[in-house]
Amino acid sequence: MATNDLKLLGGWFSPFAVRAQIALSIKGLDYENIVENLNSKSDLFLQSNPVYKKIPVLIHGDKAICESAIIVEYIDEVWKNNGTPSILPSNAYDRASARFWGAYIDDKLYNSLRNGLFAQDIESKKKHFEELAEVLLKLEDVLNKSSGGKDFFGGEKIGFVDIAFGCYLSWLRVKEKFTGEKAFDEAKTPSLVKWAEAFATDPAVKGILPETDKLVEYALAMAAAIPK
Amino acid sequence: MAEDSLTILGFWGSPFVLRVKWALELKGVQYQYVEEDFKNKSDMLLQYNPVYKKVPVLVHDGKSISESLVILEYIDEIWKQNPLLPHDPYERAKARFWAKFADEKCVPAFIATFSKIGEEQQEAAQEARENLKILESGLEGRRYFGGENIGFADIAVGFFGRWVRVVEETVGINLIDTESMAKLSTYFDDFLELPVIKECTPSHDKLLEHNKAFHKVLTSSST
Repeated sequence: MATNDLKLLGGWFSPFAVRAQIALSIKGLDYENIVENLNSKSDLFLQSNPVYKKIPVLIHGDKAICESAIIVEYIDEVWKNNGTPSILPSNAYDRASARFWGAYIDDKLYNSLRNGLFAQDIESKKKHFEELAEVLLKLEDVLNKSSGGKDFFGGEKIGFVDIAFGCYLSWLRVKEKFTGEKAFDEAKTPSLVKWAEAFATDPAVKGILPETDKLVEYALAMAAAIPK
Repeated sequence: MAEDSLTILGFWGSPFVLRVKWALELKGVQYQYVEEDFKNKSDMLLQYNPVYKKVPVLVHDGKSISESLVILEYIDEIWKQNPLLPHDPYERAKARFWAKFADEKCVPAFIATFSKIGEEQQEAAQEARENLKILESGLEGRRYFGGENIGFADIAVGFFGRWVRVVEETVGINLIDTESMAKLSTYFDDFLELPVIKECTPSHDKLLEHNKAFHKVLTSSST
């Protein structure tokens, strides 16, 4: 049993669960990973997230924490002084910036990617993916401004925005498979191309991002299940 | 403490701007206030919030912060008196959760109740009532979300007490049910009566007049 008494109710396919896993990994924390079957929700799950009934949920002792960004902040705060790197920056303005871009990603990137992948008609798909391309251009700009020439949005180490964005990498690769177009345009977003590689191969992230082929299968099943 | 270098870009009728004002008033921090005209957005707004071009924006020492909940956290970190977020990480997570719930679940349902008609409107109102009932559970029997004193979640949801009642009166649909949501109803009344809150909150009548006019425009353009 995990010494910190930590359980994560998640799903391998969920970028939000991946977010929580990466945060736990950065802070060097052991936890029990419980994969929820969303079609037959466990009692533990329903008790610990009665409001949203969604993954991920972090269970720390008898406390349940919901919503991935909130979970990441919780992890960063509780294990602030355990000798591992901080996830959020220390400066108040940089923290505000990180939270702003995290929220932007969850709004604009999530919606354009998801809607594009599961849109039924070609025009809709095109529109959403064009929006996604705009979002990525914006994030390229943010990366260039915030990295100080280093690998990550957080600078030398993975930070809050890296986690917020990087958790979508596998789904961006799914989009790549579906459309035949690279996830990151090498001409327009060269920094993101490098960042994606650095992120995916970082020790804190290894083994957490779902394999693209497995996710493609999952995405196809999801798309097939959408009523026409 | 006077802060020459602190400005809110806002709009008097925006509850999200009000959140920021409440936070600064609570902490006794002085600020400048600039009223934005949406038909003619200022260069300052476009410069300081190029991503969303919306209010509120907080400009502090030339640096801009957007998104009201992000601004609240920033204010709480810079000015430590009268803390908004509690000290304990779990309590902080709960406060953030309710603020997010307010914005993601409650607000869209209120907007839909205000702007839609017929079946869609009724469904939105039902959803709004369900979400308000859930919000009530977040009080956990306490006086405020922040416990004995108002905090982050109170500043986030408090405006419902004024805005939702204006929506109710404009469209003639009950949302905050004083019988099934007695605790929540009382909570909102108490919150709005707090002097620091009352002083800078637009009155029910002023807001009603403004929203009725807006509603007329909305519904006439949809025929």
